[in-house]
Amino acid sequence: MKVQSIKNILLVGFCTVFLAACSSTPKDDGASTGTGGLNTGNDVATGSVGDGSVSGSSLDGDANADTVFYFDFDQAILKPESRAALRTHAARLAANPSNVRLVGHADERGTREYNMALGERRAKAVRDFLVLNGVSSSNLEAISYGEERPAVAMSNEAAWAQNRRVEMK
Amino acid sequence: MNDKNNGRVYTEYKPGKYLSSKYRLSKCICSKRSRTFGRLSFSSYLSFPGHLLKSNGLLARTSFGLVLAIMWLGFNTSAQAELAIEITEGVDNPARIAVVPMNPGGAMLSEDISAIVAADLDRSGLFQAMSRVNMLSFPKSVSEVYYRDWSVPGMEYLVVGDVQREPAGGYKVVFSLLQVHGERKLFTELVRGSENELRDIAHYISDKVYETITGVRGAFSTRIAYVTATPRGQDLVFRLMVSDADGARERLMLESKEPIMSPSWAPNARELVYVSFETGRPAIYRQRLSDAQREQVTNFRGLNGAPAWSPDGKQLALVLSKDGNPEIYLFSFATRAFTRLTKHFAIDTEPTWTPDGRALLFTSDRGGSPQIYKLTLDSGAVERITFEGSYNARPRLAPDGRTLVLVHRQNGRYHIASKDLVSNDFRILSETRLDESPTVSPNGAMVIYAAKQGNKGVLAAVSIDAGVRFLLPSSRGDVREPAWAPFSN
Repeated sequence: MKVQSIKNILLVGFCTVFLAACSSTPKDDGASTGTGGLNTGNDVATGSVGDGSVSGSSLDGDANADTVFYFDFDQAILKPESRAALRTHAARLAANPSNVRLVGHADERGTREYNMALGERRAKAVRDFLVLNGVSSSNLEAISYGEERPAVAMSNEAAWAQNRRVEMK
Repeated sequence: MNDKNNGRVYTEYKPGKYLSSKYRLSKCICSKRSRTFGRLSFSSYLSFPGHLLKSNGLLARTSFGLVLAIMWLGFNTSAQAELAIEITEGVDNPARIAVVPMNPGGAMLSEDISAIVAADLDRSGLFQAMSRVNMLSFPKSVSEVYYRDWSVPGMEYLVVGDVQREPAGGYKVVFSLLQVHGERKLFTELVRGSENELRDIAHYISDKVYETITGVRGAFSTRIAYVTATPRGQDLVFRLMVSDADGARERLMLESKEPIMSPSWAPNARELVYVSFETGRPAIYRQRLSDAQREQVTNFRGLNGAPAWSPDGKQLALVLSKDGNPEIYLFSFATRAFTRLTKHFAIDTEPTWTPDGRALLFTSDRGGSPQIYKLTLDSGAVERITFEGSYNARPRLAPDGRTLVLVHRQNGRYHIASKDLVSNDFRILSETRLDESPTVSPNGAMVIYAAKQGNKGVLAAVSIDAGVRFLLPSSRGDVREPAWAPFSN
């Protein structure tokens, strides 16, 4: 099957670069474990913070840090690149508190209300990380749109990878 | 109405008067709910002129949203169905039936009754209706039937009917079902209706024919609710729609620039509950269809979702995450009280009632993957009831309480599946890869669900034994989340 072979290529490519990430991907019938490989912008970011140091670019990143954080299929675990950007946001918000809305989303696979719950779980993962890093929880609202507001309205792995996200607003 | 969504009020909509937090009609309409003729009880929602209204109450107060709660659109605009049936697979040996054209004195009616009956029966997959052009005669009553005209082309059944204009307006139809072999009349009945009820008359005839031949009550007179999402510029417009079960007479119930989800019918088929994001957050609303009167049921922080009306009409099962994570609650319309039913750190969602109202089925990932669980209300006991594969969600029960229909993942593809709760027989019903939101017809014969055709959401149907399939393609936008109404009488 064509789709399967593309998946396999992605999976292999993904695993080659990020062995550790693959070891923790879920066993969801092998449906989409390789999607991170399509998310090139974030993969680049992952590489740059692999040593745990974010100080080199954090000042520039203050204004430019990602405000969209992506997730693996059926998961609500923050990726390393998301943590780096969120630490930047946390420092800014701790210093200058303002109200932030964390809007969780899911890809279209699976049922709509379950995906609502999954989107909320993702938004809360971001919220909890910000709170741990010094942001007041009273300034943060986690809400979910489930699969109702896709970033890319297509039915393929690349679109799904873009749609599994939390947006900071 | 100015709002952050740059909402636009359509000029053809008549604004309703401000009435605290309720919607009301711009004009009062007294509804005639049903007409009874002898032993025929004929429900008619559909004869009222269209009346549109919008809220100035709740929405204006909260300064949100272009949301128009709308009563039945005018008949002229709604007669044009957006959903068109396309039969993709039928049973091997459908019963061959001829439905003879029914017209008053040869005059044309605004609806072709016999064509609607033939289409209904075709769509069930259990019948194959004879093409009109092959008919050798057009009898209107039993006495005019020449059986050889129907036995030669191989017909098993014949429906004839005589339509007469009533002196006071409207029509009466005397119709008969005949068995060609044995030249036997199975029944003759009378049904009456107004000009606007010709489709109801047709579906009534279909129901009687279907029930007499199959022994199962027909569901052609029932309706479905569903949600559409249509692009408008860079945005999407979400609409809650209600149509006849054949997709005809589509009517707009609610329109919003924010998502609308999870419609669920009241057991009397006269009201809906649903989730709307019109305030920028999800909330559950209840709306009466006859006059669009509406109330907001929930307004909690976090999820407000998956409402399911209890079989006795007195309660909702629903999902709230106000206490930390998604849990199932009951809401009583009488006391306005919420009762929490589940306590688990996992996702608990998508509750549905057993037909006896004594238990709920719901989706939970408490075992590590989404599976269906049963919660018995008296005891509070929870038991897992699906074990097939790593994803079973969004349960719905057939009216017999025995056949469970759900979304099942197999090899990364999402299918509609059924599980017999007595024999544990598990069967995959649908063939496409992103199938969801199954809803069972009130007679238990068919399942409508949402599927993808390319990147577009469509409704599809499959019989509960998987022998019959058809698509209901929409001419515009995504169609999703079908909910088949209960019998209305």
